[in-house]
Amino acid sequence: MSVLIFAESNNGKFNKATLEVASYAKEIANTLGTTVTAVAINASETDELGQYGVDKLLTVTNSALENFNARAYANVVKQAAEKENATLVVMTSTTNGKYLSPLVASNLNAGYASNVIALPVSTSPFKVKRTAFSNKAFSITEISSDNKVIALAKNAFGLKENATSITQENFDITINDAHLATTVTAVDKTTGKVTIADADIVVSAGRGLKGPENWGMIEELAEVLGAATACSKPVSDLGWRPHNEHVGQTGKPVASNLYIAIGISGAIQHLAGINASKVKVVINTDPEAPFFKAADYGIVGDAFEVVPTLIEKLKAFKAQNA
Amino acid sequence: MNILVCISHVPDTTSKINFTNGDTEFDTSGVQFVINPNDEFGLTKAMFLKEQNGATVTVVNVGGADAEPTLRKALAIGADSAIRVNAEAKDGFFVAKQLSEVVKNGNYDLVIAGKESLDYNGGMVPGMLAGFTDYNFINACTSLEIDGNNVVAVREIDGGNETISTSLPLIVGGQKGLVQESELRIPNMRGIMMARKKPLQVVEASNADYQTNVISFEKPAEKSAVKLVSPDNIDELINLLHNEAKVI
Ligand SMILES: Cc1cc2nc3c(=O)[nH]c(=O)nc-3n(C[C@H](O)[C@H](O)[C@H](O)COP(=O)(O)OP(=O)(O)OC[C@H]3O[C@@H](n4cnc5c(N)ncnc54)[C@H](O)[C@@H]3O)c2cc1C
Ligand SMILES: Nc1ncnc2c1ncn2[C@@H]1O[C@H](COP(=O)(O)O)[C@@H](O)[C@H]1O
Repeated sequence: MSVLIFAESNNGKFNKATLEVASYAKEIANTLGTTVTAVAINASETDELGQYGVDKLLTVTNSALENFNARAYANVVKQAAEKENATLVVMTSTTNGKYLSPLVASNLNAGYASNVIALPVSTSPFKVKRTAFSNKAFSITEISSDNKVIALAKNAFGLKENATSITQENFDITINDAHLATTVTAVDKTTGKVTIADADIVVSAGRGLKGPENWGMIEELAEVLGAATACSKPVSDLGWRPHNEHVGQTGKPVASNLYIAIGISGAIQHLAGINASKVKVVINTDPEAPFFKAADYGIVGDAFEVVPTLIEKLKAFKAQNA
Repeated sequence: MNILVCISHVPDTTSKINFTNGDTEFDTSGVQFVINPNDEFGLTKAMFLKEQNGATVTVVNVGGADAEPTLRKALAIGADSAIRVNAEAKDGFFVAKQLSEVVKNGNYDLVIAGKESLDYNGGMVPGMLAGFTDYNFINACTSLEIDGNNVVAVREIDGGNETISTSLPLIVGGQKGLVQESELRIPNMRGIMMARKKPLQVVEASNADYQTNVISFEKPAEKSAVKLVSPDNIDELINLLHNEAKVI
């Protein structure tokens, strides 16, 4: 009865969220005295999972599953859980993970807890800590069903290396043709840019920047840090920045290690979306801006002076620490 | 077309979150409840589909009588009828089971829910509902076009969008993009008057288990005060981020 994870890959390579889920599942498996099995679909590079504690990998190779298909993929996870007698399935919180997890749960008649932020509080009864109320609170949730599905919040656990002698097995699955009635016809993905979902660092700017023409320095700061760029809601509403950069309660959630907010006041709806970020830095001319209450580090100052200096100093720092 | 819009009744975005009863219950005193923002986008989308293609729009909530004003608001915006499943919505699995009964009894072609709610934030209900009903399912949906039985939808993926072709019957986990914010409808006087006469049916919950149970709530620990760095001393900020926070 190993712990099962779904190993998500992009272009055949496992993503960071998957390695984090592997690290996390390994620790639970150790507590339970069992092993970790991963199931992967059409993944080519498979060794990396062994570095993060996966004992066994089931590889599914099937051309019908080339594109992501939520119902078909969820069904594969179900078949893997049955094969392995796994009663606990751990999933990522990527967009695809959030799409799959509730389907997996209903397939397995399992209780499901999303946004789990730490190792289980106890494994018998099975209790986890998860966020609720848009990150304004946590709940301790007990899952009482025999089968259980949990989704680990991004960056909540981190990567932990734990080398195992991983074994690999080809896994034959059956596909329900009805699931193939849903097909991807086009994918439009920004390439070469760090996305908010993947980023460890996010540089975000608000209406304090006055206009879209001033975003050059934000882009540059992001580039120096290898960060994604983001913005407050009014900025995307005004069309200064694309909508996919809008973060907050009604935009994208951010759970990065570092969030730098420049010329953003820190309204409750903005903070609700970025609360899960570990370290927050604010740069704002107004010492009364509510963001200072939510931040770890702050500079009361003019973005147009602070940001260019910050870029210069960071470049020097990076050169020194390269 | 027969459309069902799932409406979750949630604390307004600016609400202060507090707990009572030894931190086991959400303290609703002084809290203003609203239609979950993602559901408001879904409801407006249903209005557009009704105007374009002709449709009957039913709204549904699993909850107590206190959710009825929220359902009336949805009726005032333009839904034709409302259903309230009389039960406490404590668990996503239970809610999805209740909704699946409503879906089966009502023969809906299209069910629009929100990709997640602001209270439990589970992002659980639409997917589980799809699992229980065996309908097609698009999550994080930002565009939806329906032509007969054929559906073309766009969903958000990490770092972009994906266009998907599928067919009815379909469950959608919707969000902004289904319609724009400027297109959201505010109930007018006439709508509010008409809503009073529209049917709001209360049905009893069917047998289903709760698979999860909130034992207690916690609020985040008080944050320590912000460390201020002088704008003339950016080196200090870099030093703190590198050596203390260890994030660069
Ligand atoms: C239902 C609802 C949902 C919402 N959802 C979201 C959401 O998801 N995300 C979101 O962001 N907002 C959301 N909002 C909006 C939110 O309430 C705020 O209005 C918004 O976050 C403010 O954006 P801002 O901080 O960029 O702009 P402002 O509030 O205008 O703040 C600009 C800041 O820049 C500072 N500033 C000015 N000049 C400079 C300078 N030269 N250098 C440095 N600082 C400077 C100012 O002191 C000020 O603090 C929502 C609102 C509602 C009602
Ligand atoms: N009690 C409920 N009654 C009706 N619909 C609900 C209820 N709870 C959740 N939903 C729907 O499911 C969506 C996602 O909710 P959640 O799974 O709680 O994040 C919401 O936006 C609603 O459309």
